[in-house]
Amino acid sequence: MSEAHAAQHRKHPYHLVDPSPWPIVGAVASGVLAVGAILFMHGYTAWVLPIGFIFVLATMFFWWRDVVREATRQGHHTPVVQLGLRYGMVLFIASEVMFFLAWFWAYFNASLFPSEAIGGVWPPEGVATFDPFALPLLNTLILLTSGVTVTWAHHALREGDRDGMLRGLGLTVLLGAAFTAVQAYEYAHAAFGFRENIYGSTFFMATGFHGLHVIIGTIFLGVCWFRAWAGHFKPDHHFGFEAAAWYWHFVDVVWLFLFICIYVAGAGEVSAGH
Amino acid sequence: MASFAPTKAEQVPPAEVGEMDLYHSHSWWTTYVFSQDAKVIAIQYSLTAISIGLVALVLSWLMRLQLGFPDTFSFIDAGEYYQYITMHGMIMVIYLLTALFLGGFGNYLIPLMVGARDMVFPYVNMLSYWIYLLAVLVLVASFFVPGGPTGAGWTLYPPQAILSGTPGSDGGIILMLVSLALFIVGFTMGGLNYVVTVLQARARGMTLMRMPLTVWGIFMATVLALLAFPALFVGAIMMTLDRILGTSFFMPAIVEMGEQLAYGGGSPILFQHLFWFFGHPEVYIVALPAFGIVSDLLSVHARRNIFGYRMMVWAIVVIGALSFVVWAHHMYVSGMHPYFGFFFATTTLIIAVPTALKVYNWTLTLWRGNIHLTIPMLFAIAFIITFVNGGITGLFLGNAVVDIPLSDTMFVVAHFHMVMGVAPILVIFGAIYHWYPLITGRMLNETLGWIHFWVTFLGAYAIFLPLHYLGFLGVPRRYFEMGETGFIPPSAATLNEFVTVIALIVGATQVLFLFNLAWSLSKGKLAGRNPWRAASLEWQTPESPPGHGNWGPALPLVYRWPYAYSVPGAAEDFIPQNVPPSRETGNESHEALPGAAAQPAE
Repeated sequence: MSEAHAAQHRKHPYHLVDPSPWPIVGAVASGVLAVGAILFMHGYTAWVLPIGFIFVLATMFFWWRDVVREATRQGHHTPVVQLGLRYGMVLFIASEVMFFLAWFWAYFNASLFPSEAIGGVWPPEGVATFDPFALPLLNTLILLTSGVTVTWAHHALREGDRDGMLRGLGLTVLLGAAFTAVQAYEYAHAAFGFRENIYGSTFFMATGFHGLHVIIGTIFLGVCWFRAWAGHFKPDHHFGFEAAAWYWHFVDVVWLFLFICIYVAGAGEVSAGH
Repeated sequence: MASFAPTKAEQVPPAEVGEMDLYHSHSWWTTYVFSQDAKVIAIQYSLTAISIGLVALVLSWLMRLQLGFPDTFSFIDAGEYYQYITMHGMIMVIYLLTALFLGGFGNYLIPLMVGARDMVFPYVNMLSYWIYLLAVLVLVASFFVPGGPTGAGWTLYPPQAILSGTPGSDGGIILMLVSLALFIVGFTMGGLNYVVTVLQARARGMTLMRMPLTVWGIFMATVLALLAFPALFVGAIMMTLDRILGTSFFMPAIVEMGEQLAYGGGSPILFQHLFWFFGHPEVYIVALPAFGIVSDLLSVHARRNIFGYRMMVWAIVVIGALSFVVWAHHMYVSGMHPYFGFFFATTTLIIAVPTALKVYNWTLTLWRGNIHLTIPMLFAIAFIITFVNGGITGLFLGNAVVDIPLSDTMFVVAHFHMVMGVAPILVIFGAIYHWYPLITGRMLNETLGWIHFWVTFLGAYAIFLPLHYLGFLGVPRRYFEMGETGFIPPSAATLNEFVTVIALIVGATQVLFLFNLAWSLSKGKLAGRNPWRAASLEWQTPESPPGHGNWGPALPLVYRWPYAYSVPGAAEDFIPQNVPPSRETGNESHEALPGAAAQPAE
């Protein structure tokens, strides 16, 4: 059915969708990604994995492009549909909280009850950790500031202040990128490896997954910046931006826990690297 | 009557009036591949789950052949036996039961029962199915890689799971972990959808406390799944890293074949915690939908309202919440501190309170009911009996002091097969006999159903009751063969032969059921509208079987709970949820009501 036709005949608040190729394309892409990962892990070939990854990213791009069209031009996102998207995002973040809980579990399991294999102490003998009040503190300040700027952007959006919105959101994206850059620098100067012992393994997996979420969140906010620039958001209808902001705050809170539990409480002899 | 006074909802015009545009599929591709109708997705989920479930059934046959007649079948060696155990357990718990209850019944019933046109995120729903199919394919692929599927036991405990001595440690374990990760990703998408649909897409008048218990059960199970699966996901990632990159999350310093491996400092117990932090809620992910469905079956077929509806709802919620604080009762023999064991034994036994409450309420629903011993009802009653049996042995095993001597014996196998194997599967059968007419418009053959029920029900007891006894004798689980074991009497071998023969018969009877499913599709008795005379909303659609969009031109209005059976003064012994109070004693036939009742009085 045509877009205009759909908008004209809207008599109910739900979004009844037309068939879409993206679910099955996405599943096939995931299949290529999974098979690629298996082949890579078994040392057959490393080529299928990046192809699968690009395939998945492309599917995401086109699918979300369609969602944006449904939301903006086709007007499918009524208040009821927006409410559903809100519930969905909250549940997704709840599921993500449990995901990080499991990584913290692994960390506490190793750190609160250090085994003999690591000398019975935490951090393990011979592991020189980062100085929590150097770069990690800077990163904490960067993320907290980005929390402020994203709220600035949100308020500006609600006031209809497009310039303020673009400025606040742009700053948030830059701060997110700065965080990633600092984290990359820090990783490059780590005095411990990923595989050597449980400290490095839990440290890199917990902070690494957090870093991945920061990158995803930065991209999400970046997309929102472009959408704001293109005029997609209205003061009373901008769920895409809200979801990005929620996600960003979630990432922020996870970092605070990482900072307190892993960097500060788990600090030992500090490496002289930086 | 005061209790049926017109509610506010009756005066409110429905949210949806007038002409509605709805895409109607025209070709095979748009119906089955690019479609997003929850009912189609439900059928796809169910058929995939049943197909992979048949693989698990065959694996259980092979295991039973070995246990009943050791040294007879040369094609089963010890390594293969462990592979059968592992894949049987994984398939049954995750790929069959979870997928069928939530992906199958959840998709079909939630939108119909709450009065929605479809799920709220139909594309995501479709993606969820395709990724589930992908997970199943990856799992099946592990049968064909060198070394075969993993033989680590369904709990995949490290360090055994990734050591080279374990069958399938080359490719099988990686495929297993990747398949699990895919399943979890796919399931998270589907789960978001079910929860949001229940919260947000209910018809007018369908308050939370007017939802059928089926919806409550599936809803709560989905919430559990969303919060529990991430722990397994993380466990799978860590194990993959241990296996591929040589990290030591789970691997202690270990010597294999006289060779010191490069691992050191990891904690195998950490995996057990993560696994069971998922694994125990998983039990309720399977049980809660079964609880909900069986409540509805009992109510419809006893023509009696469910006893203590609010208590039943809160029991589901309380069981769901408690299921997150009992996981370590699977780990009493892991060397935990006795106080820790005390805590988990206490929380475990507390779960018995809401669960027993549900059993009492089911029984009281039957009390003085007009019980119709239809096939779904037989399965529902059988569920109560089996669930009580399995639950009582759960009280044994929930106590650390009783669990420790019984740990890793056949008693444990008997317990969990009764309580989360046989019991939920009886509900699945009951539910299929009950809702098959809604889905296909035809009844399943009753004679075949009757045979299927009695052989399955009695057979399940003939299989699993002796296993309790073998467990008391000390017969360990997961052993390829006993050989000459001093403390096990020779009669144990005879009993094992008996169990194997019964297992083959019960398994073969399931083929009868599948035949019934296929045969009745074209030859079954026409069901007509609402053959069970049920009051809940899924039977009140204008078209039967329901078409795409479920509700024709207008969404239904809901005036009461779904258990209005044998109401004094009503024209019939049931009042559908969408019949306005003004019409319930009228002379009109209910046949004419549903479509008309939903029309707004403008």
